[in-house]
Amino acid sequence: MSLNTHIPVDKEYLVNNVLLNESADLPADVEKLLKLVRREKVKYPVIFVGTGSCGLISGAGETLIEINKYLSDRDLRADVVETGCTGYCSMEPVIEVQLPGKTRVSFKNVTSEKLPFVLDGMFNSMVPVEHVLGQYKSPSLELWKDVPFIGELSFFSMQYRNLMKNWGRINPLSIEEYIATGGYRSYIKTIRNYTHEEVCDIVEKSGLQGRGGGGFLTGKKWKVAHTVMADQRYLLCNADESDPGGFANRAMIESDPHRLLEGVIIAAYAIGTSKAYIYIRNDYRNAIERLEKAVDRARDYGLLGHDVYGSGFNIDVIIRKGPGAFVCGEETAMISSIEGKRGMPRPKPPYPAVSGLFGKPTVVNNVETLSNIPAIFENGPDWFMSLGNETSPGTKMLVLSGKVNNQGIIEVPMGTSVKDLIFGAGGGIPGKKSFRAVQIGGPSGGFITADNIDIPYDFDSLASEGVYMGSGVMVVLDQDCCIIDTVKYFMDFIQKESCGKCIPCREGTRRMLEVYENITKRPVDENGHTTLERFKGVMQLESLASVIKDTSLCGLGQKAPNPVISSLKYFRSEYEEHIFDRKCSAGVCKELRLFYIDVEKCTGCTACAPKCPESAIIGTKHHPFFIVEEKCTGCGICYDVCKFSAILVK
Amino acid sequence: MDDQTSVILSRYPRGHRDCLIPILQDIQEEYGYLSESSVIEVARYLGLPSSKIFGLATFYNQFRFEPRGRFHIRLCHGTSCHVTAASEIIKELGKKLRIGPGEISRDGMFSLELVACMGACHLAPLMQVNDNYHTRLDPAGIRDIIDSYIEGEE
Repeated sequence: MSLNTHIPVDKEYLVNNVLLNESADLPADVEKLLKLVRREKVKYPVIFVGTGSCGLISGAGETLIEINKYLSDRDLRADVVETGCTGYCSMEPVIEVQLPGKTRVSFKNVTSEKLPFVLDGMFNSMVPVEHVLGQYKSPSLELWKDVPFIGELSFFSMQYRNLMKNWGRINPLSIEEYIATGGYRSYIKTIRNYTHEEVCDIVEKSGLQGRGGGGFLTGKKWKVAHTVMADQRYLLCNADESDPGGFANRAMIESDPHRLLEGVIIAAYAIGTSKAYIYIRNDYRNAIERLEKAVDRARDYGLLGHDVYGSGFNIDVIIRKGPGAFVCGEETAMISSIEGKRGMPRPKPPYPAVSGLFGKPTVVNNVETLSNIPAIFENGPDWFMSLGNETSPGTKMLVLSGKVNNQGIIEVPMGTSVKDLIFGAGGGIPGKKSFRAVQIGGPSGGFITADNIDIPYDFDSLASEGVYMGSGVMVVLDQDCCIIDTVKYFMDFIQKESCGKCIPCREGTRRMLEVYENITKRPVDENGHTTLERFKGVMQLESLASVIKDTSLCGLGQKAPNPVISSLKYFRSEYEEHIFDRKCSAGVCKELRLFYIDVEKCTGCTACAPKCPESAIIGTKHHPFFIVEEKCTGCGICYDVCKFSAILVK
Repeated sequence: MDDQTSVILSRYPRGHRDCLIPILQDIQEEYGYLSESSVIEVARYLGLPSSKIFGLATFYNQFRFEPRGRFHIRLCHGTSCHVTAASEIIKELGKKLRIGPGEISRDGMFSLELVACMGACHLAPLMQVNDNYHTRLDPAGIRDIIDSYIEGEE
C-alpha cells in the first residue's frame, strides 16, 4: 500500500518521446506506457479519493485515513490516489474504485463509517448498489452489471467537460498524468512553431471571451499588450475568486493545476513576457499548496525557466496570495495590491494592457479564461468556435447552489437555457417547493424568474435581461427565500467591500442598505418620521442606483446596484408587500414578525421584562411570562436577551 | 527586535514595497496577528511610515490586530449560507460567546471571524473551529457545539 502512487516513468523518456514529439500519433510503445500512466489498465486495485476542499469539508480526510487503515488491517495491496473534485458537491466525499480488468466505479457520500462496507463489497466483486453513483465507460474493460453509467446521470448528461476533463480523474499533483492526457504538448508546439502574433491571432479567432465576467475578446487584449513597446510586460492570472457562492476557480486549481499553468505559460508567450503572476485568494490553502507543487514540478521538467527546450523563451511564474478584498478582482485594484498598496482601482484609460503593473503593459486574465487556452491549441480555434452559440463560443463553468437538488460545479456549452441548468443538471427544487428565482453572478448580478427562465446562458442574452454573468455563480431561491432580504444581504456585502475611493459607491451603497434595513424593520409607530423616511428612501432607490452605476470608477461600483434594479423590475409586488402590508410572506424578515414566549422553555428569570421598551412583557418571577401582542413593536430586544431561547417569532 | 520577525524579514533581502503584503502575511502566519511592534519593525525595514502599513493592513480582510482565541471560529456568510439562516447563527453565537465578528472573548478562548464564502455551499450553513468543520448548522444546536469545546478544554 502506498499513497499517491504513480507509475514510475522516466522524465527524460517522457520529455523526448511525448513532449518533444510533435506528430499527432505517438508510437505504439509510448502510447502503451501512457495508457498505464492514465490507469486505463491497472495491475492492482486502485482507490481514488476526491480531496478537493469541498471533499475535505465533507469528511474526505477521515475517509482517506480509514482507507489506509482498512488496507493495512487486511494486508491488501492497493494503490490509493488523491484526486481533485468531480464537481458533484452534494455527493462528497466521493471515492472511486478500479479493479484490474473492470471499469472504474464511483461511490457517493462515502464517509469513514460507510467505507468498510463499500470496500468489502468491491473486493468481493459485489457492488454495494445503494452507495453507487455510477461507472465510467471504457471500451477495453469489463462492465459491472446493474450499475448505471455516470455520464447518463442527469447531473452529468448535459455537461460538456473540456476544462473539467481531468477533474476527479487524475492525480492533480502528478505532472506525468497530466502529460499522459495530452498536457503541455500544446505549449511545446506553440513556442516552437508559432510567433507571438500568431498565438494572439489563434486565440482571437477562437472567439474566447474573458470569463471573469467582462466578456472582452482575450486575443485582442493580448495583441494590445504585445504591440506596446516596453522592456518588460506582465501577465496576471486572477485567481482571487471572492464572489460569495463561487468556487469553480478553486476547484479548477485543486483538480487540474497543470492545465491552468499551461494556459498561463502560453499566454505569457503570446504577449512576450518572462514573468507571470498568479494572484490567488489567501483563504484557498489547499489550492495554493497544489499550485505551488505544480509550479515546482513544471520547473523540474524544464517547462519553466530559462530558454525552455532551446526555444529562447524564458518564463517564471510567481504565486501571490491575495489578502482578501473583493475589489481586488478588479484588474487595476489587483495591480495596486501586487505593488504593495491598498487594492484600489484607478481610472482607465490607460488600460493595464498599455500601462499596468509597475507601469508596464499587463494582461489580466481569469483562471477559467487561461484554462481554456491549452485545449484551443490542441484542437484548433474552429473546434472552440463550434462549441457554444454564435455570440459566445466555448463552454462555461457554473456553480449551482442554494435550493437545488444537485449542487456542484458544472460545465456546459454557452447558450444552454437557464431552465435546463436548474431543472436538468440541477435536478429541480428539493422538497416539492416552488421555484422563485435564480440569482446569477453574485453581488453584482441579477435575478432570473420563472417568466424568463428559458433564456440562454450566454453573455449577450443575460446582459439583455440586466444580468451580469460574473464568475458563474447561480444561487437558486425557492418560495421560502425573501428577495428583499437577499438584496439586503448583497448590499451589506458590497458596502463592506467598497474600497471607499468613489463617494457614490462608498456612500450610495450604504444608503441603499439603510433603505433595505428600513423596509425590513418594524417601525416604532406608523405615523412618525421613520415612515416618511421609509417611503422617501424607496422612491429614491431607483435614481440612487442609476447614479451609482454612472459615476463609479470600477466594476464593483458600476455593478453594485444590479441586484436592486433587477429585483425592482421583477419583484415589485414583494417590495410593496414589505412596505405597505409590513409583511414578509416568505417569513425571512424577522423584524416584521411578532414575538411570543414558549411557555415550556421560559423559566421566569425576568431578564426580558424590564428591557422591553413598550412594557409589553408581563408575568411573575419563576413562572412563564407573556408578550402582549398589541403592545409589541417587534424590536427584538427580548429575543436578544433571552438566555433560554424561549422567545420565538410568529 | 523579535527573532522571528527578523528571520521573516531576512527572507526579503531587497526590501521593496511589493514585498510588503507577503511580509505581513508571513508575520501573521507566524504569530496569528500583526502586533504593533512587528508593524513598526516592518516599517523600519522597508523605510515606510508605519501609518502607511496600518492603512494597508486594515484595508484587507485577512489581517488581524488582535491575537486569535484558542478556538478560532470562522463562520461562513456566503449567499447560500445566508439563505439557509446564517444570520441566526451569528446571533446565537453572539449570545453564547458574548462577542461579535472580529472579536475575542475575554478569557481568550474563542474568537469569531466572518468569512465571505468557504465554498462548500452544499453543506450550508457551516463554520470552522480551528481545523474542524461543523456543517448544516442549526441555530438551536450552536450552544451544544460551543459547550463541547468548553468541556473538551476542561
